[in-house]
Amino acid sequence: MPRIQVVPLLEIVRETPSTTTYRFRADFAEQPGQFLMVWIPRYDELPMALSYLGGVKGITVRDYGDATHALAAFNAGDRIGVRGPYGNAFRLVGERILAVGGGSGMASMIAAIEAFAQQGARVVTAVGAKTAEELLFVDRANASGEVHIATDDGSRGFHGFAPPLAEKLMDREAFDQILTCGPERMMKAVVDLARKRSVPVQASLERYMKCGIGICDACSLDTKLVCWDGPIFTAEQLDGSEDFGRFRRDKSGRRVPV
Amino acid sequence: MVDLRTEIAGVKLRNPTMLASGFLDETGGSMARVYQAGAGAVVTKSVGPEPREGYPNPTIVELDAGLLNAVGLPNPGIVEYEHEVKRALAADAVVIGSVYGKDADEYAQVAARMATYGVKAIELNLSCPHAKGLGTEIAQHEDAVRDFTRAVKDVVDLPVFPKLSPNVQDIVTFAIAAEEGGADGIVAINTLKAMAITPELKMPSLANRYGGLSGPAIRPIGVRAVYDICEKVHIPVVGVGGIGSGRDALEYIMAGATAVQVGTAIISKGLGIFDEIAKEMASLLEEAGFGSVPEAIGVAHA
Repeated sequence: MPRIQVVPLLEIVRETPSTTTYRFRADFAEQPGQFLMVWIPRYDELPMALSYLGGVKGITVRDYGDATHALAAFNAGDRIGVRGPYGNAFRLVGERILAVGGGSGMASMIAAIEAFAQQGARVVTAVGAKTAEELLFVDRANASGEVHIATDDGSRGFHGFAPPLAEKLMDREAFDQILTCGPERMMKAVVDLARKRSVPVQASLERYMKCGIGICDACSLDTKLVCWDGPIFTAEQLDGSEDFGRFRRDKSGRRVPV
Repeated sequence: MVDLRTEIAGVKLRNPTMLASGFLDETGGSMARVYQAGAGAVVTKSVGPEPREGYPNPTIVELDAGLLNAVGLPNPGIVEYEHEVKRALAADAVVIGSVYGKDADEYAQVAARMATYGVKAIELNLSCPHAKGLGTEIAQHEDAVRDFTRAVKDVVDLPVFPKLSPNVQDIVTFAIAAEEGGADGIVAINTLKAMAITPELKMPSLANRYGGLSGPAIRPIGVRAVYDICEKVHIPVVGVGGIGSGRDALEYIMAGATAVQVGTAIISKGLGIFDEIAKEMASLLEEAGFGSVPEAIGVAHA
């Protein structure tokens, strides 16, 4: 069984006003799209995607609650606990890739975008955010291919959400694999677009988790678990889902809207 | 071919393996999946009168010896939980409803409601080692076990199985109290109260500090408990604690258990574990010359 590793933070980088990257070394091998359970001592333990792989790993975290807010005040040298990696990885198949990311969802996909580029695939990334300053990993995506931008307020690029921008891109050229991560309703729209065009799609889902290893059932999605069967699901796996894009479980296990 | 079917207090099981409460049983979808993967029955998450969020994370610690947890009894409450039971039943699962409360009345109320959902039996969680102020903690006294069991028996017509704690002086006296309260069977054992500390951070690893230890480390303790209980009570026993193979399960059966529950082993072995245990039990029983599970129950007492 993987055990928790307590690691010092080596470098902390503010990516956008609401998201920060924390870099650390840890003794495990990971693949693009996998996640860790990250212990913020005295506050919480949360599932987080790896945004940097390899020797100096990284997580990129949006400040959205007490624990992530506490983490935002951590300094280099402060320690966190990490266990994992857990879950499946993006399948790196295809030559012409469209990646559709919304907000901090880019953190889960960026390693896969880079891995696809490294193996010679053409990668087009549609990055969406509320505002221009909240756009995440545009430079890294640019270094791996072509980037198109959408902002909710129109402060940069396409004025609107990422899915309609993605649809324009799909109309313009043929892709043989689509990746998506972001707000679930956005992903639902992307999955529906991909399905309509019969293009394989991989969506990286997020759920509240207590354990990350298949005990607590908090990340239940129909009869699947995001920690075990995911976090990455294909359109076929999401077909007929009553939960995807609609419901999640809260801390008590009640089914609530996403 | 060995007949793996068994029956406990009238509840018919296709094989003696059950999903232990607290694992993959907060949602009906997961319980259906576990049953379809081969479990003879699934025990629900322990459900109380109101929704409960459980403890903050970290709630689990993975250890070489097993698993330490203080999830803190999260559950959506008995009213909403109806959907989950119904969903599991729609997949033909044999469901045993686990309940808790703060006193005898609450246990009875929740159990009575659970009974209307179509479960085949009620398990009483009298033994969660890390939930303060609930009956799970109060049941550290034989009188409470007797009273809670009796209160539930008075309001339901289903078999009632109190699940006992090993964190007591002598678990056998609790089993006797449960039998006196009218229990139809006993589930033993729950997790052992335990702690892990993270030296690098100089603090307990669980947010709740204390948790319950499960997994291989506790199997000999569970086997001993079941063996001793079976010497003194006349109702069937369900053995639980550290079972990860058919051989492990047979230890409990030969100690006197009629069926077994499996939880922690799912983490390392996946849901195929139920089928795997059943098949291994069948081949070991056959080698030993038994034709069915009941023939092997308690043979280690001879």
